[in-house]
Amino acid sequence: MKIINGYPDYMMESIERVEEKRERNMKEPVKPMSLKDREEILSKYHPDYMEGTRRKVRVGVDKGKLMYNGIVDLLEAKPVVDPKDIDLGKIDYDVDILIIGGGGAGTVAALFAYESGVPRDRILIVTKLRHGDANSMMAQGGIQAADRPEDSPVLHYLDIYGGGHFTNKPELARALALDAPGIIRWHEELGVMYDRQDDGEFLELSGGGTCRNRLHSCKDYSGMELMRNIRDRARNLQIPVLEFCPVVELLMDDKGQVAGGVAFNLETYEYYVIRAKATILATGGSGRLHLSNYPTTNHYGATGDGLVMAYHVGANLLDLDTIQIHPTGDAYPEAIVGVLSTEKIRGLGAIPVNKNGDPFVFPLEPRDVESAALIRECKEGRGIVTPTGMPGVWLDTPMIEIIHGEGTIQSQLSGEVRKFKRFGIDITKYPILVYPTLHYQNGGVEINEKTETRVPGLFAAGEVTGGVHGKNRLMGNSLLDYNVFGRRAGIYAAKYAKKAKIGKLTLSHLEKYSRMLEEANIRPTKTAPILLPEYRGEMAISRSLDIF
Amino acid sequence: MSKSKQVVIEKKKTGRANKSEDDKEKQGVVEVFIMGKSYRVPAGLTIMKALEYAGYRFIRGCGCRAGFCGACSTVYRIEDEQKLGFDLACQKLVEDKMYLVQLPFVPAAKAVYDINKLEPSDSVLLTYYPEIARCVSCNTCTKSCPQDIEVMKYIQSAIRGDIAKCAEISFDCIQCGLCAMRCPADIKHYHVAQLARRIRGKYLDPKSKNLAKRLKEIEERKFDEEIEKLMKMDKKEIMELYRNRKIEAEESVIAGGD
Ligand SMILES: Cc1cc2nc3c(=O)[nH]c(=O)nc-3n(C[C@H](O)[C@H](O)[C@H](O)COP(=O)(O)OP(=O)(O)OC[C@H]3O[C@@H](n4cnc5c(N)ncnc54)[C@H](O)[C@@H]3O)c2cc1C
Ligand code: SF4
Ligand code: SF4
Ligand code: FES
Repeated sequence: MKIINGYPDYMMESIERVEEKRERNMKEPVKPMSLKDREEILSKYHPDYMEGTRRKVRVGVDKGKLMYNGIVDLLEAKPVVDPKDIDLGKIDYDVDILIIGGGGAGTVAALFAYESGVPRDRILIVTKLRHGDANSMMAQGGIQAADRPEDSPVLHYLDIYGGGHFTNKPELARALALDAPGIIRWHEELGVMYDRQDDGEFLELSGGGTCRNRLHSCKDYSGMELMRNIRDRARNLQIPVLEFCPVVELLMDDKGQVAGGVAFNLETYEYYVIRAKATILATGGSGRLHLSNYPTTNHYGATGDGLVMAYHVGANLLDLDTIQIHPTGDAYPEAIVGVLSTEKIRGLGAIPVNKNGDPFVFPLEPRDVESAALIRECKEGRGIVTPTGMPGVWLDTPMIEIIHGEGTIQSQLSGEVRKFKRFGIDITKYPILVYPTLHYQNGGVEINEKTETRVPGLFAAGEVTGGVHGKNRLMGNSLLDYNVFGRRAGIYAAKYAKKAKIGKLTLSHLEKYSRMLEEANIRPTKTAPILLPEYRGEMAISRSLDIF
Repeated sequence: MSKSKQVVIEKKKTGRANKSEDDKEKQGVVEVFIMGKSYRVPAGLTIMKALEYAGYRFIRGCGCRAGFCGACSTVYRIEDEQKLGFDLACQKLVEDKMYLVQLPFVPAAKAVYDINKLEPSDSVLLTYYPEIARCVSCNTCTKSCPQDIEVMKYIQSAIRGDIAKCAEISFDCIQCGLCAMRCPADIKHYHVAQLARRIRGKYLDPKSKNLAKRLKEIEERKFDEEIEKLMKMDKKEIMELYRNRKIEAEESVIAGGD
């Protein structure tokens, strides 16, 4: 097999057809689908609507609720910690506020807890990998906020609610829309370098599902630029962070409050007992569960631990019967399968086309519809299959420079250029191959406007929560989410901690949970949370011994 | 980790059968030396996936798996060559006879400052990071950067007090620390650049007037009533409203997204 311009020869032949038809494709765009067509394609090709992807959970507060199989598997697994192994008599860390997860939501919460008067050494961030190894670091596109005169928080609210298929908790959608401009101002004060016009106004882009252009971005490293600034602030304040020590279960007290957690040192296998007056869950999403067998855009630690821990103490979960698959994950080369190619590529004018070079879908349909259209194209044989068997369709990136002029791709999409250049592919000249990838956990632990869960002492913010976006999140709204609700969590947890009195620590909720499993006739063979995905080669695993 | 019997094999093969051993033979196998020890792995894998294939389970040295976090810095050398290579394990493909080691942590000191209190003068970077003045212009930093950033150039800008330029050139820095590990002058490039970007974002870039106006309106509770109305509206009515809203993007061409 010969490789030409980074592609095997047979793929290059298909690209020639794409090139021949490029001019026509730009002139005669595909029209958006009618609502009826949308429904039909979703029901046939989107995992949220297909048979066999979800089932009812048989245990706990949400018994009977439909959720993705991979999540039900975790909820019906045995708690990973055996209370008998833990000595609660010795407290390793005693703090006012425990923050679980050192991503965006957790770090913002720490900063605002500090601003609310909690001394730095009474705050503890405990995280699974390094501080900032998180989905927050990976966001490319940007963050929404309605600050232009032709826009308003009211319109933003309408977009959030409609985008979520009218299933969001209205008070959470309101908080998201109304707090947004204040968050952007806070970022300015931190020193975030937003893309601006010469007059200082933000360069604001549109995206799927928004009625006004309101996406603020920092080139295609928006998430990294936000996280870097927020983390730098936390580091300057010297807020304590415990790295490589995921929390594996929450602690409760004899009054039924959440009162901290048990952390596990991944390197020494020791556990630490952390007592806290208020606990903030900010563990992010669950892409690494590969629900419905999708590849994912998420970071290595996104294994849904927060959902499991919260469920064990009796918090309820919302909307986990839906997942967000992003239409344009990379399908070639094999080394980057599942990695995100930003929606901005379509935003700038690139169109998806099939192996014959023909377009088949309006490029800016809502994500679920766009994904379903790509899946259909491949299932019906009009996709390209890579040498390793991965299907995909072309996203015709060279169109961007025909529309906006030479140099646009380099200046607007430098991360994408860099990614493909490593494999000898020049995206200014040749299209890229894409296929949907698991991107975002729409639902999660239910919170209210104060980020309280239904269990006293437990607050939650960010991707781990449910209700903000309902059954579908719009682009640019989750960076906003972790800022808006991370901030609120810091403020309200600080308030709570001032008054809270912690009683005798206990892990009896785990015993209770195990009994519930038994009563439901579930005999789990696995344990949860899983902490890290298992990617070792099958060969290596099949020969491994558990003796060391 | 001993508790790793729970297997969630990376399922990235949507819509296709598992790759057979056969296939791998066809694609070829390469020999890599992980910290000196030989393993045979399929060609076409990233260094990260090759290590996993060989049986390593990452705790350190693996974050985003997509080139955004700088957790997976790797130093390598190809047998019979002298030159050391620097790259990201999640991005770089394995090559035959590659010797590999990861650098999952960089012990470089970061200055502590309060961005609200510092003076954004030309010499501020030198104040917090005086060692930048010791740069000998060897360009080793630039050569070690997996992001192909002109690292020496941004350090030179920092020395000159050109904060905006330092911020601009360093923008794509993922803070992997490889530059700092190689610099003969013990410069902490990525920390210097972080401070430069924060100063630029906070003090140098012009500010939005629209944002200031909007904040005032929100403070005056201009939108509360209208949002309240939407929150109480019955489902049918709000669905109508949503469907009929005017979409600005249908008139313009620039759009973004995740
Ligand atoms: C590739 C990509 C691109 C994206 N682009 C955009 C975009 O352009 N715009 C947008 O709005 N959104 C985007 N998103 C979504 C957005 O980035 C995330 O939803 C958001 O940042 C989540 O923030 P978080 O703080 O809740 O979670 P994270 O940032 O993921 O942080 C969670 C943290 O908790 C840690 N953790 C997990 N389990 C445990 C445990 N048991 N104990 C301790 N710590 C734990 C994790 O390691 C991590 O550090 C994107 C996401 C991805 C993956
Ligand atoms: S490696 Fe150090 S001394 Fe050499 S050019 Fe870079 S900053 Fe200067
Ligand atoms: S500038 Fe230094 S820290 Fe930043 S990406 Fe390059 S080598 Fe890594
Ligand atoms: S794992 Fe994040 S850059 Fe490689």
